[in-house]
Amino acid sequence: MDKKIFTDPFFRKNPITVLVLGICSSLAVTVKLEPAIVMALSVTLVTGFSNLIMSLLRNTIPNRIRIIVQLVVVAMLVILVDQILKAYSYQVSKQLSVFVGLIITNCIIMGRIEAFALGNKPLPSLVDGLANGMGYGMILVAIAFIREFFGSGTLFGIQIIPLDWYVKNGGFYENNGLMILPPMALIIVGLIIWIQRSYQKELVEE
Amino acid sequence: MDTNKNLYTVIYSIIMVVVVAVVLALAAYLLKDRQQRNIEIETKDMILRSAGLASQAESAADYASYIEGEYDKYITDTTVTSGGESLPLHISRKDGESFYILPLRGTGLWGPIWGYITLMNDFNTVHGIVFDHKGETPGLGAEIKTSEFSDQFKGKKLFEGTNFVSVLVVKGGTGAIDPHKVDAISGGTITSKGVEDMLKSSISKYLEYFNSNKINPAEVSDSTFINLPDTTGQNK
Repeated sequence: MDKKIFTDPFFRKNPITVLVLGICSSLAVTVKLEPAIVMALSVTLVTGFSNLIMSLLRNTIPNRIRIIVQLVVVAMLVILVDQILKAYSYQVSKQLSVFVGLIITNCIIMGRIEAFALGNKPLPSLVDGLANGMGYGMILVAIAFIREFFGSGTLFGIQIIPLDWYVKNGGFYENNGLMILPPMALIIVGLIIWIQRSYQKELVEE
Repeated sequence: MDTNKNLYTVIYSIIMVVVVAVVLALAAYLLKDRQQRNIEIETKDMILRSAGLASQAESAADYASYIEGEYDKYITDTTVTSGGESLPLHISRKDGESFYILPLRGTGLWGPIWGYITLMNDFNTVHGIVFDHKGETPGLGAEIKTSEFSDQFKGKKLFEGTNFVSVLVVKGGTGAIDPHKVDAISGGTITSKGVEDMLKSSISKYLEYFNSNKINPAEVSDSTFINLPDTTGQNK
């Protein structure tokens, strides 16, 4: 198996910065690190297993209803993940519950099924799905780190910036309120894409 | 085999739907007990935290049984009649002191918010409060869950003389001094308003009960039982 299937999604073909998939959820769940990490893990599991299942079924699926079949499989996996979390890791599931809908509609999942799983063997498809989930998660965590640190002065909910630096306590510092609003996520994604493109000249259009 | 024939497509969809339905139904059925228990434990945890108990929950080896043990030790569940309604009330007794825990139910920006408020036995002073929510915005409305927000309520008063004014959630600054105000969350205005409305509507249902059981706070000693409703049911 080509090991590029695993390594490409992290940088050269990152789903967010290069394929520009899954942008919607990277805006919604990156205010704090913890939900971002939970989201990254869940998406990784769902992309991995939906790719695997779709790859196993790929020769039997009637072409006209393939999108419906994909949706049903993805939705089933998301509901299973949610149910299992609710039973065995209740706190995490509470973090996730809002974002379940977002996982089902996450463009990466459908995108990888269409682009990869329907044309490849099960094992490479599983690896492709997991790697894309992780590539997505990596960017998600990076954005969440920046937004939580500058927007709330905390990381994982723990105060990092000393409280007596704040203006209200007689200091000089103020949290950047823009950071916790969705547009800032888009701006940070834009900055990350800019950095990546300055390294990877072949991505730059004529 | 031609996978594009109508009959094949129809049969394929039927089988797919049946298989998925069975898998999901099975999962829901097998996991139901555990999920119910988690919800129950969470409710008990919230009640205990609002009463300032179960402080070691984070470090307890077996979180679930620690919570249940503490709950059985300190909390009595009962119902009271107020305004023609039968309402739940939890009573916490520790070191001879009684606290009264009321459930709160309301709506935030995106969905339901809820919590528990613990009152001193004057039915006026807030001893503690906890909030939770279904899906408020992380970093904004979801901050009602943090102790930074809920700790502000400690020592606040519900009544001004005999008038019920509740605790108002207001824009910054005045919260610390005023006994009826706490600071709202910046960026979480609608959720903060939701908390305010929830307090008002949930607590006002109990007003009749408060009035019929209220004693001048000065007369309340540690051992006073304020006309406690019958919790055992043995005398009925």
